[in-house]
Amino acid sequence: MKLSREEVLHISTLCRMSMSEAELERFQEQISNILENFEILKEVDTTDVPPTAYPIHMENIIREDKTAPCLPQSDILANAPHQEEGYFRVKAVLD
Amino acid sequence: MKLYDLTIHQSHELLKKGEVSSIELTKAVLERISQAEEKLHAIVTVTEELALRQAEQADERIRSGDSTPLTGIPALLKDNMCTKGIRTTCSSRMLENFVPPYNATVVEKLEDAGVVIVGKGNMDEFAMGSSNEHSAFFITHNPWDLGRVPGGSSGGPAAAVATGETIYALGSDTGGSIRQPAGFCSIVGLKPTYGRVSRYGLVAFASSLDQIGPLTKDVTDSALVMNVIAGYDPRDSTSVNYPVPDYTRALIPDLKGLKLGIPREYFVEGMQKGVEEVMRTAIAKLEELGATVDWEASLPSTKYALAAYYIIAPSEAMANLARYDGVKYGYSHDGENMWDAMEKTRQFGFGPEVKRRIILGTYALSAGYYDAYYLKAQKVRTLIMQEFQQAFEHYDALITPTSPTVPFKIGQKVDDPLQMYLSDVCTLPINIGGIPGLVVPAGFCDGLPVGMQILGKPFSEETLLRIGYAYEQATGWGQQRPRV
Repeated sequence: MKLSREEVLHISTLCRMSMSEAELERFQEQISNILENFEILKEVDTTDVPPTAYPIHMENIIREDKTAPCLPQSDILANAPHQEEGYFRVKAVLD
Repeated sequence: MKLYDLTIHQSHELLKKGEVSSIELTKAVLERISQAEEKLHAIVTVTEELALRQAEQADERIRSGDSTPLTGIPALLKDNMCTKGIRTTCSSRMLENFVPPYNATVVEKLEDAGVVIVGKGNMDEFAMGSSNEHSAFFITHNPWDLGRVPGGSSGGPAAAVATGETIYALGSDTGGSIRQPAGFCSIVGLKPTYGRVSRYGLVAFASSLDQIGPLTKDVTDSALVMNVIAGYDPRDSTSVNYPVPDYTRALIPDLKGLKLGIPREYFVEGMQKGVEEVMRTAIAKLEELGATVDWEASLPSTKYALAAYYIIAPSEAMANLARYDGVKYGYSHDGENMWDAMEKTRQFGFGPEVKRRIILGTYALSAGYYDAYYLKAQKVRTLIMQEFQQAFEHYDALITPTSPTVPFKIGQKVDDPLQMYLSDVCTLPINIGGIPGLVVPAGFCDGLPVGMQILGKPFSEETLLRIGYAYEQATGWGQQRPRV
């Protein structure tokens, strides 16, 4: 499976991670090579095999609906790169 | 014997009798850190002040007769476990200055037991890697040969335990990250059953595979740490409410009545001859100790595990790592607008291996490829799990090598991702299956460590510890210490 340059650019947009020209070329080659090796999975007959998401059986784990203390706002904002008046500050979302 | 070379149980005996204080033990470990760290580079943050304060409290607790087997004993935590007020970096630029506002459950449990935290251990960035060369800060060296890797991703903690920079450590294991470095550094590493230990406060990599476990100098210590960290936690909805035994009761020095299988698929093509020889000798020893050994065990889907793993783990990782956007915490890069800032934050905040996995995971989950990659890998996961289940109907445990080779040279695989991935070929099927795996030192090949991996069905940690203990008592491989 050979990835095209356009596909790598598309992935870059999907995962919101820009790339330099050099990175783009390197990832195109490396990821193509890795995917080629994954072709081996096509050998496996998985007809009627259900998928497994978690190794243990679980269903609808819900906690009791009761209030409990949470961390103070100042603790949560302490790690924020930019904050203002008790909010996280980001650049304008709409132009 | 130097104080820093003591095990947990040896330290505990001395502390209890008053022959040594926690302050003395802690100072010995801190001195060892300042002496060995120059060559080893195993620790991201040394928490000297905290350690001495905790040691003082521990000494008081011991004097009052209220101590536990872990009270006053120095520990190192892999730097992906949240420690309140102590920088938790994941060895990434992205979290270089991140100070968690809360403790991971395992940290709380260790603190309740009277732990002395000496620092946070170096790792491959976000636990992605098998050599510690993907740390954004520095490369940890193997204490048995400083030109070689300690394994990864818990390479810092493993190297530190082997060298006496800590008495024990906690690591995390997503595809072999506790066991492979334990094998490479000749110490004991246990990846518990998925759900056995709470993941609350462990920085998430691949949520259906991650598990925390002990890195220790011997099997008794592994059992002692498990006694404290295992158990249900309502804050981790994937932790399992299953009784926690006293693991030390499993430590019986014989293997009578146990049936062991040797899956032939784990003695793979490309496996180093010397590693195979060490494994054959080790397995003969297990037989001598009373176990029945069947060399005809088979797990035919093993050859598909690597591909399935490197689809599932990056897919989960790309979702988990979406949170690093430069807004709430972590590295933040300036940009023309919000999207530009976010895209640059991720470009400059993540290192090359993390980016590779984000790209791979994004691709596997993207429209048009989901069925062919992610769904297919999840179905193969089912087959691999079924084969383990069937095997454990016949065997109490399976015995395999930990890695096909001894520790490799620094720089040897770092530019070839596939070669690096292959060093996990014996450990990652275990995470796919959610089963426990214990690694114990099995000897040396040209002076470099070889680890034996013992696998069991879910929640069979006691059986694994028994086998590891009997083997350790009969051979004493783990007692050798590297000279650094």
